[in-house]
Amino acid sequence: MSEVLVLVDHVDGDVKKVTYELLSAARRLGEPSAVVVAAPGTAAKVRESLGRYGAAKVYAVESDDAVNYLVTPKVDALATIAGTASPAAILISATIEGKEVAGRLAARLGSGLLVDVVDIDEDGTGTQSIFGGAFVVKSKVNTGTPIITVRPGGVEATEAEGAAAEESVEISVDTAKATKVTGREQIVGGDRPELTEASVVVSGGRGVGSAESFDVVEKLADSLGAAVGASRAAVDSGYYPHQFQVGQTGKTVSPQLYIALGISGAIQHRAGMQTSKTIIAVNKDNEAPIFEIADFGVVGDLFNVAPQLTEEVAKRKG
Amino acid sequence: MNIVVLVKQVPDTWSERKLSDADHTLDRESADAVLDEINERAVEEALLLKEAHGGEVTVIAMGPDRATDAIRKALSMGADKAVHVNDAALHGSDVFGTAKVLAKAIGTVEGFDLVIAGNEATDGRMGAVPAILAEYLGLPQVTQLRKLTVEGTTVKGERETEEGVAHLEATLPAVVSVTEKINEPRYPSFKGIMAAKKKPVTTLTVADLGVDAGEVGLGGAWSGVIEASPKPPRTAGQRIDDEGVGGSKIAEYLVGQKLI
Repeated sequence: MSEVLVLVDHVDGDVKKVTYELLSAARRLGEPSAVVVAAPGTAAKVRESLGRYGAAKVYAVESDDAVNYLVTPKVDALATIAGTASPAAILISATIEGKEVAGRLAARLGSGLLVDVVDIDEDGTGTQSIFGGAFVVKSKVNTGTPIITVRPGGVEATEAEGAAAEESVEISVDTAKATKVTGREQIVGGDRPELTEASVVVSGGRGVGSAESFDVVEKLADSLGAAVGASRAAVDSGYYPHQFQVGQTGKTVSPQLYIALGISGAIQHRAGMQTSKTIIAVNKDNEAPIFEIADFGVVGDLFNVAPQLTEEVAKRKG
Repeated sequence: MNIVVLVKQVPDTWSERKLSDADHTLDRESADAVLDEINERAVEEALLLKEAHGGEVTVIAMGPDRATDAIRKALSMGADKAVHVNDAALHGSDVFGTAKVLAKAIGTVEGFDLVIAGNEATDGRMGAVPAILAEYLGLPQVTQLRKLTVEGTTVKGERETEEGVAHLEATLPAVVSVTEKINEPRYPSFKGIMAAKKKPVTTLTVADLGVDAGEVGLGGAWSGVIEASPKPPRTAGQRIDDEGVGGSKIAEYLVGQKLI
């Protein structure tokens, strides 16, 4: 069976959930090989968890340069391994950086690219949800090794045993053409999951009314172990930071459960959350368009409904 | 310093046109409005650098006749000249065809130090043209910036992604992309609008750039759409009025769906 390369998405050796989703998707196409581009010693730490999701091999591409330069070390690593392994496909998470890595890799290898797929068939056909989920498109690569970026939350992660045999690979970074990363600041999101990775997202809109009142959104999110999101209207009004914006000019999320509080549901917003599995909406205006796509809607004041829901969730958790 | 700004309304329009059999005009209009905004921020950043360091700002756009709107806007804001790559052969180009042509067009601008483009947060299908351009041009990629400074031959920036902020540093020439947060673009003045009419716009075809027409357009694409279909619209589910127990009702629903 051919190898399928999966670029491990991690932060300082903490493997992100999307990596397990990529490994699960890769098993449909062949035998998954995880590629760890990181500081020395990282692969040894993560190989067991990669094996649990079916990684037969773990390529360790480890050096200080691998971490201290932007994007290109990952492209170099994947291009080098692709040269020897002749993989059936290369899977990368559809994050901002993942899309850049995939784009450059495809340009370098002369391979076709599928961006932001939400599903993959055994023959390599990718399903994309575009125009904010209004259209479903099936595409296929017709040139070279298919390079596919997969949207976090798009494919379900399922466990399967893999040998996770470690193999180290050397790359040399051409520093003259590379960009040095001189410092990093992780997002200060406290203990909340990352927005695009979360299985539950609670978002607030204009109806929340102020930055202080966003507390009511955060409390519900915390009771559910959810990420907090915000509509563009809420961000533009200064209620919540831009990095949490869900919608066309913000993040696209696809969680199991999306709860919209005081969000009218403009196309701009719906484009970023329409592929959520279940949508709950609370809004005072019974004509708010969000209700057209909500599986369960409550017409009422979010300041009454959300705290009550928070309490009910807490009660059930004991 | 010589700066090239990519006005990128067009690749996006083309990527959507590929699907025009099943297109909703409304979606396209809303997408375009957003794209204009990021173009202007890219132009603004170039003008700020020019004001600080001197030099010249060249706008490059690739697309059909209507790309001239975006070019005029950039020139009226203060850019000095423009290159418009306009060729029917480009219709249906994928991201690689687009980047190849843009790389060649950038090559026509003598002695450029910096290429600035908007990021493509609004475009899920591509999202990586600046990175791919850096690959083709063999230049450092300094992308997704919310802050940009140039000191001598060093470009520094603050990159913002899902993971947080990274501080970047590279040597000129380099390819930069900027996010929505980079600046607030200026409005063109009346004088600027009048002056723009006299600024030079060079129109080039694919052949002028020495690109083989077979490498671009729909035929040159490395991936293809097999089928596109409108998704059955989400239908409204249950809706209730809050009569004091709305929160509990949601909890009951979530329990029923095994979500809590």
